[in-house]
Amino acid sequence: MNKQITLAMGNGGEENNELISKIFYKAFKNDILQKSEDAAVIHGGELAFSTDSFTVSPLFFPGGDIGKLAICGTCNDLAMMGAKPKYLTCSVIIEEGFSTRELEKIVRSMKNELEINGAIVVSGDTKVVPRGSVDKIFINTTGIGEIQKKGISSNKINKDDIILVSRDIGKHGATIFTTREGIELSSELKSDCASLTHQVQALIEAGVNITAMRDATRGGVSAVLNEWAKQSNICIEVNEQSIPVATEVEGVCEILGFEALNLANEGTFVLAIKKEDEQKALDILHTFENSNNAVKIADVTGQYIGKVLLLSSYGTKRFLDTPTGELLPRIC
Amino acid sequence: MSELQLKDLYDGFRNPEVIQGFAKLIKEEARKLSKPINIMEVCGGHTHSIMKFGLPQLLPKNISFIHGPGCPVCIMPKERIDHAYVLAMQKDTILVTLGDMIKVPGSRGSLQDARANGADVRFVYSPLDTLKIAKQNPEKKVIFFAIGFETTTPMTTALVDIVLKREIKNIYFHINHVTVPEVMVELIDSRDEHVDSYNNRIDAFLGPSHVSVITGSKIYEKFPKEYARPVVVTGFEPVDVMEAILMIVKQFNEGRCELEIEYKRVVSHDGNIKAQALIEKYFEKTSLFKWRGLGNVPKSGYKLQDKYADIDAEKIYADILPKEEIEDHKLCICGDILRGMAKPDECTIFGTACKPSAPLGSCMVSSEGACAAYYKYGNLL
Repeated sequence: MNKQITLAMGNGGEENNELISKIFYKAFKNDILQKSEDAAVIHGGELAFSTDSFTVSPLFFPGGDIGKLAICGTCNDLAMMGAKPKYLTCSVIIEEGFSTRELEKIVRSMKNELEINGAIVVSGDTKVVPRGSVDKIFINTTGIGEIQKKGISSNKINKDDIILVSRDIGKHGATIFTTREGIELSSELKSDCASLTHQVQALIEAGVNITAMRDATRGGVSAVLNEWAKQSNICIEVNEQSIPVATEVEGVCEILGFEALNLANEGTFVLAIKKEDEQKALDILHTFENSNNAVKIADVTGQYIGKVLLLSSYGTKRFLDTPTGELLPRIC
Repeated sequence: MSELQLKDLYDGFRNPEVIQGFAKLIKEEARKLSKPINIMEVCGGHTHSIMKFGLPQLLPKNISFIHGPGCPVCIMPKERIDHAYVLAMQKDTILVTLGDMIKVPGSRGSLQDARANGADVRFVYSPLDTLKIAKQNPEKKVIFFAIGFETTTPMTTALVDIVLKREIKNIYFHINHVTVPEVMVELIDSRDEHVDSYNNRIDAFLGPSHVSVITGSKIYEKFPKEYARPVVVTGFEPVDVMEAILMIVKQFNEGRCELEIEYKRVVSHDGNIKAQALIEKYFEKTSLFKWRGLGNVPKSGYKLQDKYADIDAEKIYADILPKEEIEDHKLCICGDILRGMAKPDECTIFGTACKPSAPLGSCMVSSEGACAAYYKYGNLL
């Protein structure tokens, strides 16, 4: 591993995985942690427990802000284990000189998003650090949720499952990229940032046979599918044409040389469900505004174990890899 | 009338029926070939498309691709990356470059590592964005580490033009622009009596898309005439590449050896005259430019003309820039791979000492290199 920590090691892809396994897993090794789920399942399978830290630039972006993100992120991780978010903690590290008004704005959107999830913040911590020690504000949230459906796990997907995606992909990543300094692109893009609790609850209540769920944050849908292929020892065959991508996201990808599959999402999840429940699941997802274009994108096979295959509409195939490195535009 | 969308510009060129149609025509035409042919796509952008769209799977066995040296960051030798590293580590300095350059390792590390070591390294999408950085940081020296083939060269000269005209005092240049025809000649015509492998199996070329927009197709005229290699200049979309292959196969079957343009929608014979004039005005050819994996290639690089020494970081920082030569790894066979003489898996360090995460030769540096592609897609190719 690199002698120094580079930005690539936080990309949600290969280098990030290496950092986690060689440093943190090595030290903290235990059965629960090693399941590598979005949230840990504890207390005899009754509770889901997860934590996430948030740093985003800019703090306010089209479709959300760091506060909304901080609640959605942790609540979505809990929801992905079939849990209903209940109690959250909230720690903030604030840079000296940060605007109180902006802080209030951030906390208001946290409150709003907590209400959507039906969760409350029950403990917190505040640190103010000298200018330059952090970039404006970092937020950590940790959450506990009550598991509504036991046994959801990304370690046991098999050939009886199909893979769905809840909506068009890559909106958050594309939005953040276009608002970043150095990329002079103007667009109408909005982040997909949203809580997924209600969709998940509806799927569980309708009795959809869910094998696994994961929200496709850093590393995008590519990272999720690759992790699943490895964790469950399966091959995932994706029908490239079926992947929903908004025209604007596709435009950003074409111009900068990205793949929508590698872009981050903050309100989009991938589901592995039993084949026979496809229609039922889609019907439910389609009743929600932010999953009204949910669709099946892949099948599970045994062709190349541990790999994700992308099938083109004209009969060629290639492997879809875990994203590596920092997301950087291509020059030609 | 509905608004024109970006998608409308490429959709037709990715049409599955058209791609399959070309695949069928190529198969029929290729049956008549008297011997198998190897086509080199010179440009990294083409390699990217060929891999992304899985085009080799649509071709008959007697047509193969040789992935060329046209990825500007892959061929950047460690010496030049070390220059960038040293410049970036200078006090009160911002090193600006294009995105892909940041990941590639030199002997001291990559620019990413420099950044982790405290350097201010920024990437821009357009070289002109450097102006904004310089304006916001008047007390800092902003060094633009310029990379790329003929496609990106005019953007650098446009920046030079503005810096000189507006008398901007805190922007400097480190020029690493390289040119396509010279390396094509190197691959098919270099002779070294001591090395048997200086042979090649390249039968025809796919000419780069956007390089040719700038230079015009005229730069390839000598290849059919003097070197008996047909060239078809083509676009990046799968339909473009497939059509160009059909055009090449037809040339062989009809006994022709010509320069043709498939990418007529943007490429002309003369190219962008204005851009060429800007390059002429500020740059001149270096006698040698070292390519990672290929060694020194005569007249294949650009530098600022002597009269612009005041903005030339290579001259200004001459005392601190490392000068020692760094040998390519002795076992690396990039040169042979680029000449079509060997496949990546025939290299003894392939996948062991040389991997995408720690590349030795240029072919392993980015996904556009032949070795990196083999490493990733190996059992599908």
